[in-house]
Amino acid sequence: MTTLQPPVAAEPRPAPPPARRDRRSWTGWGFIGPFVLVFALVFLAPIAYSVYLSLFRDQLIGGNQFVGLDNYTRALQDDAFWSALGRVAVFLAVQVPIMLGIALLVALALDSGRLYGKGFFRITIFLPYAVPAVVATLMWGFMYGTKYGLVGDINSAFGVSLPDLLSPGWVLASIGNIVTWEFVGYNMLIFYSALRVVPTSLYEAAEIDGAGQWRIISSIKLPAIRGALVIATIFSIIGSFQLFNEPSILRPLALNSITTDYTPNFYTYSLSFNGQQHNYSATVALIMGVITMIVAYAVQLRGMRKGA
Amino acid sequence: MSTSVTASPAKSAAPRLRTPRKKHTPGKPKRNVLLTVLMALMVLYTVVPLIWLVINSTKTQSGLADSNGLWFAHDFALWDNIRDTFTYHDGIFGRWLLNTLLYVVLGAGGATLLAVLGGYALAKFQFPGKRAIFAVVIGAVAVPATALAVPTFLMFSKMGLTDTPWAVIIPSLVSPFGLYLMWVFAAEAIPTELLEAARMDGASEVRTFFQVALPLLAPGIVTVLLFTTVATWNNYFLPLIMLKDPDWYPLTLGLSAWSSQAQTIGGDVIFNLVITGSLLTILPLIAAFLFLQKYWQSGLSAGSVKE
Repeated sequence: MTTLQPPVAAEPRPAPPPARRDRRSWTGWGFIGPFVLVFALVFLAPIAYSVYLSLFRDQLIGGNQFVGLDNYTRALQDDAFWSALGRVAVFLAVQVPIMLGIALLVALALDSGRLYGKGFFRITIFLPYAVPAVVATLMWGFMYGTKYGLVGDINSAFGVSLPDLLSPGWVLASIGNIVTWEFVGYNMLIFYSALRVVPTSLYEAAEIDGAGQWRIISSIKLPAIRGALVIATIFSIIGSFQLFNEPSILRPLALNSITTDYTPNFYTYSLSFNGQQHNYSATVALIMGVITMIVAYAVQLRGMRKGA
Repeated sequence: MSTSVTASPAKSAAPRLRTPRKKHTPGKPKRNVLLTVLMALMVLYTVVPLIWLVINSTKTQSGLADSNGLWFAHDFALWDNIRDTFTYHDGIFGRWLLNTLLYVVLGAGGATLLAVLGGYALAKFQFPGKRAIFAVVIGAVAVPATALAVPTFLMFSKMGLTDTPWAVIIPSLVSPFGLYLMWVFAAEAIPTELLEAARMDGASEVRTFFQVALPLLAPGIVTVLLFTTVATWNNYFLPLIMLKDPDWYPLTLGLSAWSSQAQTIGGDVIFNLVITGSLLTILPLIAAFLFLQKYWQSGLSAGSVKE
């Protein structure tokens, strides 16, 4: 991945040449200033504010009270939180590898130049990315239905009885399918873009040396796009831990299967907007944020170290 | 010179321009039927839900219930459905569409503007605090946006911003990914000598930016604009927590409200309008992606994640 700046000349230099002075100046701030300002308002301030919130408790009697780390101890002993976290962890462990695996295979197939109608495949498989999660979930939710949906149609047409995809045992897999459908194309495009900038001469040299396609893939292509693989994995991890839209939109169709604390995010949302427990909700959100960052960071370290 | 921010992209700039690339020229690989068939299955998986949506937007509410999902019902009600979608509840769908456009123009447009300016600054200037900005913004990419949602909501409600369009627009203005993309793109697309020359000629920084840098950044800008547009158009969580008044809903929130309305007792069941509305919601974006393919694909491969 991009490394920031090759070491620039050391700062304390007596008299920098005049041509250089103006670029060391504050001119750049004129351009980046607006971004930093809004960034501070919508990223940094909320983080600071939620740290503040997490240290207090709002009670009917006594009002807003400083409670130290009480909210944190409560969260760490909260079964609802842990089971929600466990659920997204399972989701992460199963859905992300499947999705990224398919995306990678498609990208390699497109890049191999062995397909008829490559451009058509590329754009078509990418298209679901343009479909809002709301629409994707509604579509799939209707299709999952055993009464009116496709599942129902298949059941009556073939006289079989497929399982109810919205039942508690199946709904997580059903959600996984929706998310996979939405993001396979996006990840495929990330991989494909990375593959395209691998110098062709490498393949030619390998072919002359008698390397087969699989060998070229494993020894040249995959190492060459390691950065893209790591980035896509990190984004997918963040996405899984944040899972909210799909279960929350699917919930009206599957009231028995999806509870309001189904995922950590759903839980924070319910705590805050149905339960008015803002302080505790901020605490859970912070803990989730920290867990996400730790996992993402670990993946990045591991991914970058391997071979590098 | 001190301006080569990213070392690698500059070298690989050449294949960026989408020359119809013949890659594995040694004996031009044979087309493979089996591989093509496998990909066709993948395409099938992708398009079946979309086809389902198109077919079912032609059905009435009763047709939805008693016809096969993947074939048409007896009566073709698409035009009626579209009319009903726009007239139901005094045309609230049209209002949602306008709201969505407002959020996209100001939110995604603003986000792109800020990302372009910021990316240009990171790529072409040295200034105090640059490293800190970089570290914080990259770190922020890993912060789950939804973890910020509740505190942002509470903050905004103290500021009296909730339930106004600003509550949706302001958080949309920041796109760390867009900033990153523009930064990498600007680093390789704008030769520093060109900027130096403009400055020598006495052009102001603002003028240099608009007349020299901006035209060179065009493919990157289209890419960032398209991706921030998708993010804003499809946004659900942010408006969900920020807005109570249906008059300010974007399309996504409105559709989900229509859908859950059927579940409430005595609610008006309008799945046909939900389906037709969904189709109308995705068409503009799909069209944008198809027509702007050339631009965003080159912008993405230039600035995209690579080593």
